[in-house]
Amino acid sequence: MNSKKTKIAKLYWKKNLQYLFILLSIWAITSFGASILWKEWLDQFYFYGFPVGFWFAQQGSIYIFVILIFIYVRLMNKLDDTIDEEFNKSINTK
Amino acid sequence: MSVQLWTYIIVGLTFALYIFIAIKSKAGSTKEFYVAGGGVSPLANGMATAADWMSAASFISMAGIIAFSGYDGSVYLMGWTGGYVLLALLLAPYLRKFGKFTVPDFIGDRYYSQSARLVAVVCALIVSFTYVAGQMRGVGIVFSRFLEVDINTGVYIGMAIVLFYAVLGGMKGITYTQVAQYCVLIFAFMVPAFFISFQMTGNPIPQFGMGSSINDGSGQYLLEKLNNLSTDLGFSAYTSGEKSVADVLAITLALMVGTAGLPHVIVRFFTVKRMRDARKSVGLALLFISLLYATAPAIAVFAKTNLIETVSNKSYSEMPGWFKNWENTGLIKFNDKNNDGLIQYQANRAKNELEIDNDIMVLANPEIAELPAWVIALVAAGGLAAALSTAAGLLLVISTSVSNDLIKKIINPSISEKSELWTARISASFAVLIAGYFGINPPDFVAAVVALAFGLAAASLFPAIVLGIFFKRINKQGAISGMLAGITLMLFYMMKYKLGWLGKMPDKSEWWFGISPEGFGSIAMCVNFIVSIIVSYLTSKPHKEIYEMVERIRVPESIK
Repeated sequence: MNSKKTKIAKLYWKKNLQYLFILLSIWAITSFGASILWKEWLDQFYFYGFPVGFWFAQQGSIYIFVILIFIYVRLMNKLDDTIDEEFNKSINTK
Repeated sequence: MSVQLWTYIIVGLTFALYIFIAIKSKAGSTKEFYVAGGGVSPLANGMATAADWMSAASFISMAGIIAFSGYDGSVYLMGWTGGYVLLALLLAPYLRKFGKFTVPDFIGDRYYSQSARLVAVVCALIVSFTYVAGQMRGVGIVFSRFLEVDINTGVYIGMAIVLFYAVLGGMKGITYTQVAQYCVLIFAFMVPAFFISFQMTGNPIPQFGMGSSINDGSGQYLLEKLNNLSTDLGFSAYTSGEKSVADVLAITLALMVGTAGLPHVIVRFFTVKRMRDARKSVGLALLFISLLYATAPAIAVFAKTNLIETVSNKSYSEMPGWFKNWENTGLIKFNDKNNDGLIQYQANRAKNELEIDNDIMVLANPEIAELPAWVIALVAAGGLAAALSTAAGLLLVISTSVSNDLIKKIINPSISEKSELWTARISASFAVLIAGYFGINPPDFVAAVVALAFGLAAASLFPAIVLGIFFKRINKQGAISGMLAGITLMLFYMMKYKLGWLGKMPDKSEWWFGISPEGFGSIAMCVNFIVSIIVSYLTSKPHKEIYEMVERIRVPESIK
């Protein structure tokens, strides 16, 4: 029983770290990449009246930050729920 | 009705509301005083965090700072929002699961050491005091501008109100007042923005208006026009910056990490029920914050274009009424150097005749756009809400640090619940007095240091918390030496390169790696990480209970 718990906890943490890695990479690419490092290159393209790099720096990155957090909230809520189920199943079958 | 009368009515009504809420939500226990009982809904906590976060500086000065720095201003926009991603992903849920009251609580328990706790308390106090000193002055300035009282009187009024509801209600009181304050401040910020965006571009949504063409039939894009206006006057194009790429990177990172490490922000996520509520409420907080942060750069573009078109090379005698009004307050200064009666606004310092304060962009906007009097009054109420909510949040975190972390956990662990609650109230009152003193007698360095509170938080608390959650092997020796190395290095760099206290003020060219004091927090943070890891591996492992504790805070409530 206790080892089952530990196993679930380990799996949960591994999955969490995967999500973190992907989401934080997007976080870094939009803010440090698109908005700063590649800003000059992106500025040759236009999005309505916005040079694209400038848009990322003053608008796009903020929207992406909000979206990233809500994606994480969804992913983790789902993970929490599946783990609750697993956990209940393992108790019931005992 | 006159602007003044409208201001008294709207500000009076909002204040009555805050005080009513504070009386309704009086704290009865230390848990209510420190973390509002731990049962705040994610939505309410999101709004409260947003109000706590957005200070008078965000509300009044940020649009102006961006207007005058163009692309370079993006560091604030990204830095002060991107930190919330780190909070949601790396800190808030685990600290909630840990389930005590403060950041030093976590550091003291995780690193099984009273010295670690003490170092964390000192770091938290340094960070919070640097931050609050600027806020109280801000409260005074806002009061004086809108209610036409002396700045010091403004500080006294602000102190009395904050004292009343922070001391009485603790976290519970301020949480629910902050919810109301968020509503007031965001409404006050958005209304003029809609009006102005519609006037200039025909599109009422400022975020779209900013990228639209101007409403004058020329079909030219607004940003293109502003770029041309700026370069014609000798400034760099609005959409490009003047700072080096390395420095922009460093400042953005320092502000992000610092945001995630600020004690008054972190503590907000101790107030919700479960880990999943903590994640959700960070998301909601950022959503609410981003409403203002994505609007500010649009206001900056509208206001800057409007301003240049109204004043540049125009005759001084033909300036509209608002120009003279704000000249009286000293926020606009005109000096006709070549005596031609025209206003020359340009990059060349020797020829430039016009000095404009950052704050004008938000404060004078409604007048420049000729909006009705009630909108101007609304902006006053919004500015006051922003200033008060931030000051209250900071004062609470300071009082918690003293009564919970210092007195209850270090000096006198046997203190009763009742006396601890009184200690918390008394230390909140003292914190208000000290902050008020700084507000009335601002030391010269305050303005310069406020922005560095982020660097200090990034250099000290953030690495200790993140490592504590993600890296079981980190022990007390590692964490303590890391925090000390980080904060000392940051303080040293700040004193040498920002304040010039150590010998002569060095020139920009002497900055390490070309990084400004504002961005140096990123370097000091890396040093903290490296020192913590190396020292931990050179010393003994933390014991088994610590491993178990870390495993417990990583998983949801249903497992452990």
